[in-house]
Amino acid sequence: MLITSPYRRRRFINFLGLAFAMAAMGFGLFWLAWILATLLHYGLQGISFKLITLMTPPPGSSGGLLNAIYGSLAMSAAAAGIGTPIGILAATYLCEYGRGRWLAGTTRFINDILLSAPSIIIGLFIYSIYVAQVGHFSGWAGAFALALIVIPVVVRTTEDMLKLVPDRLREAAAALGAPRWKVTIFVVYRAARAGILTGILLALARISGETAPLLFTALNNQFWNPNLNAPMANLPVVIFQFAMSPYRDWHELAWTGALLITLGVLGFTILARFLLRPKRHD
Amino acid sequence: MALGEADNGGRKTSAGRSWGDFVFENISKLSAWLVLGILLGIIVSLIVGSYPAIRRFHLGFLVSGQWNPVTQQFGALVPIVGTLVTSAVAMLIGIPVSFGIALFLTELSPVWLKRPLGTAIELLAAIPSIIYGMWGLFVFAPIFADTLQPWLKSRLSGLWVFGPLFQGPPMGIGVLTAGLILAIMVIPFIASVMRDVFEVVPPALKESAYALGATTWEVVWRVVLPYTKAGVLAGIMLGLGRALGETMAVTFVIGNAHNLNVSLFMPGNSIASTLANEFTEAIGAMYTSSLIYLGLLLFFITFIVLAFSRLLLARMKQSEGR
Repeated sequence: MLITSPYRRRRFINFLGLAFAMAAMGFGLFWLAWILATLLHYGLQGISFKLITLMTPPPGSSGGLLNAIYGSLAMSAAAAGIGTPIGILAATYLCEYGRGRWLAGTTRFINDILLSAPSIIIGLFIYSIYVAQVGHFSGWAGAFALALIVIPVVVRTTEDMLKLVPDRLREAAAALGAPRWKVTIFVVYRAARAGILTGILLALARISGETAPLLFTALNNQFWNPNLNAPMANLPVVIFQFAMSPYRDWHELAWTGALLITLGVLGFTILARFLLRPKRHD
Repeated sequence: MALGEADNGGRKTSAGRSWGDFVFENISKLSAWLVLGILLGIIVSLIVGSYPAIRRFHLGFLVSGQWNPVTQQFGALVPIVGTLVTSAVAMLIGIPVSFGIALFLTELSPVWLKRPLGTAIELLAAIPSIIYGMWGLFVFAPIFADTLQPWLKSRLSGLWVFGPLFQGPPMGIGVLTAGLILAIMVIPFIASVMRDVFEVVPPALKESAYALGATTWEVVWRVVLPYTKAGVLAGIMLGLGRALGETMAVTFVIGNAHNLNVSLFMPGNSIASTLANEFTEAIGAMYTSSLIYLGLLLFFITFIVLAFSRLLLARMKQSEGR
C-alpha cells in the first residue's frame, strides 16, 4: 500500500467502514428479497379456488387448506379476545393507577422479558397446566398459548401509547370533576385509540405465524372441525407437517400456506404502521 | 414526559373515591398481577414437570451426552452445545452486519430513504420463523451445499485450529446453516435497537467531532459507539435471547441428530428443536420429564440474557434523562 500521509490512511479507513455499512444494508435487503421472491414463486402456483373449499388432503390426492385456515382464524380470534382486554388493563395500571409503584416497575420489566421469551416454552407451559390436566389436545389450548403471546405485545404498545397522551388532558377532565376511571375510559383511551388498535394488530401479526406454541397444544387435525374443544388444524402446524413430509403435493400446499400466513402477517404489520402514521402529540 | 405528578388526577375528588374507581383500579391491578403470575406459573410448572428428571439425573444432566429413550438415559449436553454454537455463529455474523445497517440508517442514508429501508429491515423480523425454516430447507440448503460449503471447505479446512470446523460432507443442512439463518433472523432485532440508540446521541457531540476534522467512521467509532455502548450491548443481548430460543427455523435445518461433532457442517440439535421434534412423541414419564428439564434450562438461560438486556436499556434511559 502506498498510503503515506496519516490523513490518507484515515480517509481510507473511513472509506472501508462506510463501504462495509452499505454492504451490510445490501446483505439485509438481499435476504428479504430472496425469501419474498421464493414465497411468491412457489406459493402463487397453488393459489386456486380449491384452497378455500377443500380440506387438507391425504398424500396423493388434491385438496385445500380450509380446515387449517378456519382453525388459525378461530384460534387467533379467541387468543385476541382473551389477551387484549387483559393486556390493555395491565397497561392501564402501569400508566394510570400504578405510576411510580413497585408493582408497575416489576410488571413492566417482566412483561418485556415475556415479550421475547422463547415461544416454545409457552407451549410447554400450556401443555402442563391445561392439556395434561384435561387429557387431550384442543383448539382452546392453542388459543390460550397464543393469548399468552398476545398479552405482552398489547401491554407494551398500549403503555407506550397511553404515555403519549398529555397529562393536561387528564388534568382538564379531572378538573371538571370526572373520576379517574371516567378520565381513563372516555379521555385517555379515546385519545390513544389508534395506538391501542395498532398494538392489537401487531399482536395478531405476531401470532399468525407462531408455530412452536401450537405443536403441543392445538396439535393438528386432518378433518373439518369447528369445535375448539378438540384438536384443531392450523396453518403453521400444517405447513410444518407438510413441508417435513416426502410428498410433492404436500410441499406445494405448504408453500401456498406459507404465502398465506406471510401475507397475513405483512398485511397486519403494514396496516398497523399506517394507523400509527398520523400526527404525533405535542 | 411528565411522569409521577399525575397522582392528583382524580384520585381524590371532593366526593371521595367513587366505587367506579375502586372497581377499575383493582381490575387493572389484577391484570398487572396476572402478567407476573404468567412468569411465575411458567417457572413453577417447568420445575414441577422436570422434577422427576432433576431427581434422577441431578446436574449431571448438563454434562451427559447420552440421549437414549430405550434405556431411559438422558443428558442435555448435545442440545446445549447445539444451542450455544448456533447462537454463536448467529452473533458472529449478526452483530457486525447489524452495526453496519444501523450505521447506514443513521449516518449515510438520504433522509427520504431512511423510512422505507428501516421498514424493510423490520419486515425481516415480521416474517414468521417457519417461513425461514422452509426457505432454508428447500431453497437455501441445496444452494449452500453446492456453492459456499465446498468453497469454505477447500479454503478453510486446512487451517490450524479452525480447520476441523469446516470438514465433512457438504450436506446443506447442519449446525452452520442453522447459525446462518439465525443470523438473518436476529439482524432486524439488533439493528433496530442499535439504530434507536444511535439516534439519541446529541447532535452537538457529533458536530463537535466533525468540526475537529473527524471522518464519519471516526465519529461513529469514537463518539457514537462509546456514548451508546450500554444500549448496543442491550441490543446484542436481545438478539442473543432470540437466537437461543428460536425453534422452527432451526428445527428445519439443523438436521436433528443427537451427535456431538467438531465440524459445523454436521447435523446437530438445539434445545428448542429437540423439544419441537420429540415432545409430542415422547413415551414414558422420564422422557417427558427430561424434555421439560431441557425447557427449564432454555428458559433459565434466555431469562438471564433478556433480563440483562432490559437492565442495560433501563440504565441507559436513566442516564439519558439526567
